[in-house]
Parts: sequence; C-alpha cells; structure tokens
Amino acid sequence: MKPRLLAPLILFILLVAFLAIGLNRDPHEVPSPLIGKPAPNFEIGQLADPQKMFSPESMKGKVWMLNVWASWCVACREEHPLLVEFSKTKTLPIIGLDYKDQRADAMTMLSREGNPYTLSAFDGNGRVGIDYGVYGVPETYIIDKTGVIRYKNIGPITPEILKEKIAPLIAELNQL
Amino acid sequence: MIPELGHYALILAFCIALVQGVLPLLGAYQGRREWLVLAKPAAQTVFLLLAFAFGSLAWSFYVNDFSVLYVAEHSNTQLPTVYRFGAVWGGHEGSLLLWLLLLSTWTFLVAQLSDALDEFMVARVIGVLGLVSSGLLLFVIATSNPFERLLPAAQEGRSLNPLLQDPGLVFHPPMLYMGYVGFSVAFAFAIASLLSNRLDAAWARWSRPWTTAAWIFLTLGIALGSWWAYYELGWGGWWFWDPVENASFIPWLVGTALLHSLAVTEKRGVFKSWTVLLAITAFSLSLLGTFLVRSGVLTSVHAFATDPRRGIFILILLSLVVGSSLTLYAIRAPKRATGAQFTLTARETMILLGNVFLVAAAASVLLGTLYPLLIDALNLGKISVGPPYFNAVFVPIMIPLLVLMGIGPWTNWKNTHLLTVIQRLWIAALLAVIAAVLIPTIMGEFTWLASLGFLLAFWIIGSGIQQVMRQFKTGRPTRSFIGMQFAHLGIAIFVIGVTMVGAYQEERDVKMSSGDTVTVGAYQIQMKGIGAVAGPNYKATRGTFEVSRKGQLETTLYPEKRNYFSSTMPMTEAAINAGLTRDIYVSLGEALPDQSWAVRVYYKPFVDWIWGGCLLMALGGLIAISDKRYRSKWRATHEA
Repeated sequence: MKPRLLAPLILFILLVAFLAIGLNRDPHEVPSPLIGKPAPNFEIGQLADPQKMFSPESMKGKVWMLNVWASWCVACREEHPLLVEFSKTKTLPIIGLDYKDQRADAMTMLSREGNPYTLSAFDGNGRVGIDYGVYGVPETYIIDKTGVIRYKNIGPITPEILKEKIAPLIAELNQL
Repeated sequence: MIPELGHYALILAFCIALVQGVLPLLGAYQGRREWLVLAKPAAQTVFLLLAFAFGSLAWSFYVNDFSVLYVAEHSNTQLPTVYRFGAVWGGHEGSLLLWLLLLSTWTFLVAQLSDALDEFMVARVIGVLGLVSSGLLLFVIATSNPFERLLPAAQEGRSLNPLLQDPGLVFHPPMLYMGYVGFSVAFAFAIASLLSNRLDAAWARWSRPWTTAAWIFLTLGIALGSWWAYYELGWGGWWFWDPVENASFIPWLVGTALLHSLAVTEKRGVFKSWTVLLAITAFSLSLLGTFLVRSGVLTSVHAFATDPRRGIFILILLSLVVGSSLTLYAIRAPKRATGAQFTLTARETMILLGNVFLVAAAASVLLGTLYPLLIDALNLGKISVGPPYFNAVFVPIMIPLLVLMGIGPWTNWKNTHLLTVIQRLWIAALLAVIAAVLIPTIMGEFTWLASLGFLLAFWIIGSGIQQVMRQFKTGRPTRSFIGMQFAHLGIAIFVIGVTMVGAYQEERDVKMSSGDTVTVGAYQIQMKGIGAVAGPNYKATRGTFEVSRKGQLETTLYPEKRNYFSSTMPMTEAAINAGLTRDIYVSLGEALPDQSWAVRVYYKPFVDWIWGGCLLMALGGLIAISDKRYRSKWRATHEA
C-alpha cells in the first residue's frame, strides 16, 4: 500500500474527529466570562452622527440591550426583522454596536431593513468589540440597571430565544 | 391506517435493502449465481415500497391528517394544495424520505438500464447502493420517522414556513437531491470496480452518463435555489455563500471535475486512481452536505431543528460509508501509472489541470464552510466566515480555469503542438480583447474587474465558435461535442451575467409616497398607491408601481409585504419585471410614519443570464448523455 493512497482516508478521519467534537457544541452557546461582570465602558461616536458620543454610563438606571451587528453579516439580516418587530413593543432601549463596518453601508442597511435601534454606536475598527470579546456577529447582551451584563447570546436571536429567555429576564430585571 | 402502512413499508424496505446490499455482494465475491440474481428484484421492490411510503405521507398531507405529527407540524388546512404537496419535504423527516425515494429511484434505473453490463458488475453496483439505502433507512426509522402519530390529533396544523411557500421551493429540493443522490451511482460503480479489480475504460464509460445525469439535476437544483433566493428573500442577491448553499456547491465542483476526468479515463485509460477518488469524493461530499444540513452543527439561514441523536447517527453512517470506501481505495487503487504517454501540452494535461483548479476551489469552499466548526472544536472561539473570504479565494481560482476552458478543447490527446493552438486561437483572443474594451465602454463605466469578466467570457465563446466551425469542416459533430459546446457556452453566459450584475447594477433605497418617482438605469419608477389585499393564508400590503422608459409605460409592478396568519415575521414579496437584458426589482421595506414607505428599487442588467447559463449547462449535459455510444443496442452492434 502506498502512503499516497492513504492520504484521503487520513484526511477524512481528521475531518470526522472535528465533526464529532462539533456535534457536542451548540453554535449558539455562550462561553462568556463577562456574564455577571460590569459591562466594559467606552465612549465612541454614533453611527448617524459621529459628533454625538455614546457611552454605556449614560444607560445607568435602565435595563437595556446591546446588539452587535454589521451590514456585511448575513446572520444579522436573519435576526433583523425580529429585532424591528421587537423594538415596536418598546420593551427596552436597544442600542446597536455597528462592528467593523462602513458607515454608508450600515446606514443603507438600516434605511432599507428598518431601524430597531434607539441609537447605534459606530465601532469601525472593532476596538469596543475586543473589550466585549465579540466572537462573531451578531451578538446580543442584556445589561441591568447597575450596568452588569446579565445575558449574552451569540448568533442570531430566534423568536424562541426572545420569548423564552430574553423576555422573562427583562421582566425580572425591571423589577429589581 | 394509511400512515401505519407507510411506516410498515419503510421497515419492509429496510429489510429488503439489507438483502439487496448483502447477498449480491457476497454472491459476487463467492461466485454464487443464485445470490447475484437477487439484486434486481430486490432493488425494484425497495423502490416500490419507498414510493408507497412516500405516497402515504403525501396522502396524509393531502387529507390534512393532523394525527400525524409531521403533518401537523408542517401543514394546515389553509395551505393551498400545491404547497401541501411541497410541504411533504418541507421538514427534516420528509426530506430524508425524499432522499431515500430518489436513491431507490436511481437504483431502480440502474437495475432497468444495465442489461448490457456484466452481471457481476451490476450485482455489485446494486449491492453497494443497497448498503447505502439500508443505512439511511435505518436512520430514518430509528431517529426520524415521518409517520409518528400525535394523539390526540391536533385540530389544526402549524403550517409551513412562509419562506418555503413558493413554487421555486416546491421543485428545488427534489432537483437538488436528485443530483446529490445521483452521485451515488458513480460512487457505486467506483466501489464495484475496486472490489472486482476492474478499473478500466469500460467502467469509465458506464459511469459517465450516470454522472452526467446527476450533474444535470444538481446544476438545475442549485440554479433553482439561487433563483428562489433572488426573488423570494428580497435582498436582491443571487448567491450568499451560506453553509447550506455551499453544501450543494462543493459536490457540484467535484462532480464537474469527475465528469472531465471520466472522459480521460474512458478515452485514454489514464488517471484511474484519481477518477475513482473523485467518484468517491463526490458522493462523500453529498453525504457530508446532508450531515451538515441535518445535524445543525453549523448555523445557517436554512436553520433546521437539531437533535444530537440524529447528528451522531449521520456521523456514524458517514464514517462507515466514506471510511470503508477510502480504505478500499487505499488497498485496491492502481499503484502504478498505466504507462500511457502524454506530453505537457496534451489534452490529458489540460483536463488534469482543470481538475486541480476545480478540486482546489471545492477544497477552499469546504474549508470556509467548516472553518467556524474547526475553530470551535479547537476551543479557539466562535467565528463566522462570510462572503469576503469566499469571493477573495474562489474567484482567483476560477480565472485560470476559465482561461484553460478556451484552450483545452483545442488540444489533442497524447500531444499537441502548442504553437498550432496559439495560431488557431488568435481570433478568439482578439474577440475577447475587443469585448473587454468595448462592452465596459458601452455600459458607461470601465472597471478592470468587469473588463476581465468579459475578456474571459468572450475568450470561451470565441474559442467555442472556432471549434464548431472547424468541426463542421471535418464532418458531423458528435453529440458529446455539441453537449460540451453548450455547457461551456453556459459557463460563458453565466460569467457575463455575474460580471454585468456585479459591475453595473443600480440600487436605490428611497422613501416614497404616492406619486413619487425614482430613476434607475434608463427607467422611471413611479409609486401609484398602496393598499391591502388578502391571500389564501395571509394578509398583505400591496404597492402599485409603474415602470416607464422614455415616457412609455413598460409595465406595472405589485410588490407585497405579507403577514402570514401562522407566523409572526412579515415576509417581503418583491415584484420583478424580468427581461433578457435587465430585471427591474421593486421591494417594499418598512412603513414610515408619514404615510410613506421605504422602497428598494434595483436595476439588474443581464441578471437572468446567470440562471440562463445554468440552463445551458444542463442542456449541454442532456445532449451529451444522448450520445449514441451510451445506448446499449448501438454498442452491442458496433462492438461485437
């Protein structure tokens, strides 16, 4: 047997090993050390107007949602209609963090698909994203009145996640 | 009662598929005739049983039998009949049943059409297909039974995802699966040849029409899916490099390589190991695609419910099928080159080079698709790989491939004088350069990327025209030749479509209220009004837009925003006026406070050429398999 002919088999065994590990992981799962910690502070310009600044400090006293998004991200488009619908219920302020994006592209996407955000902060170089440990876009954080991160979701929010996890948590946090 | 019969048919099919998989293979190994002859009747029975099971499920959908869990989850009484039929494969269980039905259909066809083949070979091929069928049948019966009852029965079903309620999606999965599953035949032929140590030109000739047939279906299936995404998702794009799209595209790339490689093996008896490996790989990738889509290891627009048990089962199945095939390959593949001589400029070399590019492209798409999973498995975090990666990697690999497509058909087997080829091709080169300069100028804006696109497309077209002219001088062209011309022309048309849309589409996102006009390309689009309409299972807001050109009314478009009763998310139904040289695409965005609407208007030049090109490719494949030499009667009289 020539080793050359074995190569495809070996490659395949490697692939299966990876797939087997992958199976035991939930692509939506959140291994975040940030939960229960204060949300990292920052101060950056807003998407619509670079002169106006946004800082999480200003949200103290409110339960709010931080949603990391970008116009280049396909999965964001998947969750976008849901966020737009959700924002109409005015349950809580939704702050967008436009991550590694072009300002014009992002504005176009919002005017086209609807804008669920109270405002969006513009993180063009991904600096804030590093502080928050952004793995992939979209990501969603729920932050309580004292500025502590209570929940993090990686990947698009689904109607189920919104109904079963996020909504009850918001109700609970609002009562504190 | 009917669902129970369907379930019973599934179990019976499993038992008979086992017989079909085990006895003929053992019979061929031990030389027992009486076991060989079981292959065909077993294959026919499995096909009939699966057709019956599938029919039972379809019937349950038709009569709205909500005591069947799967029906209750994917259909309701308000769903129009045609979508109730489409809903049969709208979920996990049903699509697997369709997969199985199509696999047994291919097996049945092999059994019916292989009279001219050696009976040992046929028995082995059918046996291999039987093993694959029984594995999948066990999977369906054990983890994904579509006939599971819901007691007490639901009053009303939950309905099909509104995105899937579309004629394009009724036909997309069957086409795609027919292609996916069709590679099982080439796979079975390859395994059978390895088992019998008969990797020869005859094996390649038998495999070729089957591979081409599967490739045709896959081409059409992918094109349909892309077309559906274009008009239904409302983003105006035609390809998103979504993991599920990639899962169908990777086998296509490898399948295309296999088609060409089989031609070399048939004509020249070389590249045998490589061809066998491609045949195994094409089907393995189809199985891998099924695994990726069905196990939920990747997140995708096509989100499917996940059940870890299913993932493990498919993974084991995948390991068994692919692992054993590759082991067999390592043991049995020809170890020495056949000694056939060919030079660096021979057609063999050209096809091999093309193969390398196709496989490299497939590998890079596969890597991009699996990368998030690999990184996660290594605990390096969770990331997503997007279109920028794929465009950056895929396009540069395609450029040399397209250049090669113009040269390859001009070369001869064994050896070619490169100088003669260059001398012949100067007309094509001239045409390409003229097109590359002229078309961007006519379109109003010169970009290097667009220019390159036209250069490559017209290079292929020019070379094709010259080939046809030469062929007619020397005699009647064969169907294989005509088929190749159509398929290659299809690629050129596709490239033109992609280039035009990429470089010259216009896009306007505007706020409009009644009476407002927006201009795209040479067209004025005026919003006439907006109102409410009711559909069979949804309510919609419908806009009326008049499209005119130079003051002449061309058409009226009615884009909709639909709210299906069974779903909370509103659906965008874009209105498209399609044409040979351009599409006008209007879709409604959000309602704005002051009675106006966010409206998106696209002008997409030559976008339909993208799918037209795919149709031409499929047509080329169809012409190629109608070639005389694949017909057993013709062969019997000419080879005797």
